[in-house]
Amino acid sequence: MNDEQKRNFILQHYYKPYHRGLIADNCYYKVNVNNEACLDNIDLMGKIEQGIIKDLRFDGEACAITISATSIMIKMVMGKTVETALNIYKEYENMIKGEAYNDELVGISIVYNNIYQQPNRKTCALLPWLGLKQIIEKSKK
Amino acid sequence: MEVRSDFPLLKQDIVYFDNSATTLKPEIVIKTITDYYTNYTANAYRGDYDNSLKVDNKIKEVREKVKAFINAPSEREIIFTSGGTAAFNLVVNGFFKYYLRSGDEILITKSEHASLALPWFELAKQVGCQVKYIELAKDLTVTLEQVKKAVTKQTKVIALAHITNVIGDIRPIKAITTYAHQQGIYVVVDGAQSVPHLPVDVQALDVDFLTFAGHKMLGPTGIGVLYGKPELLKQVKPTIVGGGMNTDFTSAGTVSYKELPYRLEGGTPHIAGIIGLGAAISYLEQIGLEKIKNHEQDLKAYAVSKLKQLPNLELYNEHTKTGIIAFNVKDVFSQDTALYLNKNKVCIRAGNHCAKMLREDLKVKNVCRLSFYLYNTKAEIDYLVELLAKDNIIKEALW
Repeated sequence: MNDEQKRNFILQHYYKPYHRGLIADNCYYKVNVNNEACLDNIDLMGKIEQGIIKDLRFDGEACAITISATSIMIKMVMGKTVETALNIYKEYENMIKGEAYNDELVGISIVYNNIYQQPNRKTCALLPWLGLKQIIEKSKK
Repeated sequence: MEVRSDFPLLKQDIVYFDNSATTLKPEIVIKTITDYYTNYTANAYRGDYDNSLKVDNKIKEVREKVKAFINAPSEREIIFTSGGTAAFNLVVNGFFKYYLRSGDEILITKSEHASLALPWFELAKQVGCQVKYIELAKDLTVTLEQVKKAVTKQTKVIALAHITNVIGDIRPIKAITTYAHQQGIYVVVDGAQSVPHLPVDVQALDVDFLTFAGHKMLGPTGIGVLYGKPELLKQVKPTIVGGGMNTDFTSAGTVSYKELPYRLEGGTPHIAGIIGLGAAISYLEQIGLEKIKNHEQDLKAYAVSKLKQLPNLELYNEHTKTGIIAFNVKDVFSQDTALYLNKNKVCIRAGNHCAKMLREDLKVKNVCRLSFYLYNTKAEIDYLVELLAKDNIIKEALW
């Protein structure tokens, strides 16, 4: 993908995010994540059964990077085990921080591989994944 | 205005439209501060040598300058603090903490900055009084009628900004103090957005207390001012005790404090900050606050007329007469707009601007804010309008 294609892909997810909108269901683990330094603020809810991410949904107010990254993350981890999701997170975090990463695991999130050049955007791209990590932690308790 | 060459930072290729947050510093302010650190560093009020005496004289000089700048009756009523927030905390915790009783009411508005609202929230919890709100008019301004509607027999103090930091409306302070004083209500005014931008006369406005910050008026950070009417300021208890503010203390615990203003300025003062503030005030006076006010009004009218032509823009405060414009680009998150402009070397701020209750009345959580000052130009506004007219803002904001 060239830069233009990456940006178009991100914008598609920004304008039509996957699984945006929360539902009333007590089987879900819920977290709110926000960046103190900026304005991103999202609620995430996830259903995890026998170590598998059965469903993940979100809502909130945030920048194009956060909204699209949340949408893409949900699409990537639905149906996967929590271990796989955490492995993807580790590689994704490495990429966002500008370190070496496994591009197979990062998958389509590779569209954010330029973000490390903009330090003030790193937290935006990582925010949904921090939320997912918290949901997984909650599910293990 | 022929001032741009006085500001070293403007040599960088940027447009600075975030003056409500903080302002750039003219060379004379930077030089004055450096001069203190380079040529006559000494502590204040206690040395017996030339440099220390020079420091004392400088502080005295600046106190007189501030007094004249806001037309206070005497320099004893000028208290140096570490900023606007500290000044507000001092008046709330040094005066109103002892004045208010359980059941009393404090009136503020939902467009107030955190520095004004939060000290009252804390005090209300401690004392058992209540924070109530003057309902904003439809255009988000405060009118005397709205104030009258909100006042009850329990109202003991009205606290509000002279000019708000998002909507930029100028409150009718004189009318409010006249009415409030008839009812035996004190009025505390946050001057952070007014003192730097238009002539403020504390005696003409008849405010009981006024606070403001040096860094929003070309001065350094870390310095602010509390003004209080002499009979009230006399009753303010120190919230910081220690060096510099006492005359004596013994092992038996007997303590005596200095007179005003020193009693309320515990610790070594921010000497460089005070001296820098003095230089900033001299600079502003040389240009003239009336001229600065007119320049900002002119810029705002110009910007509004241009921005209104952009169909993708939502303006929230075109009616107010100060250099603050709150807006959003339709369907673009405010921070994305700010990042896009930053990419094009324009500095603006996005968010709630520390006025987090305003969203309840504005019905929008986050907005972009432009705030002008004396060095901004119509050419800079033209450049901004050109950038905002583009239809690929989000895409360009990504990276």
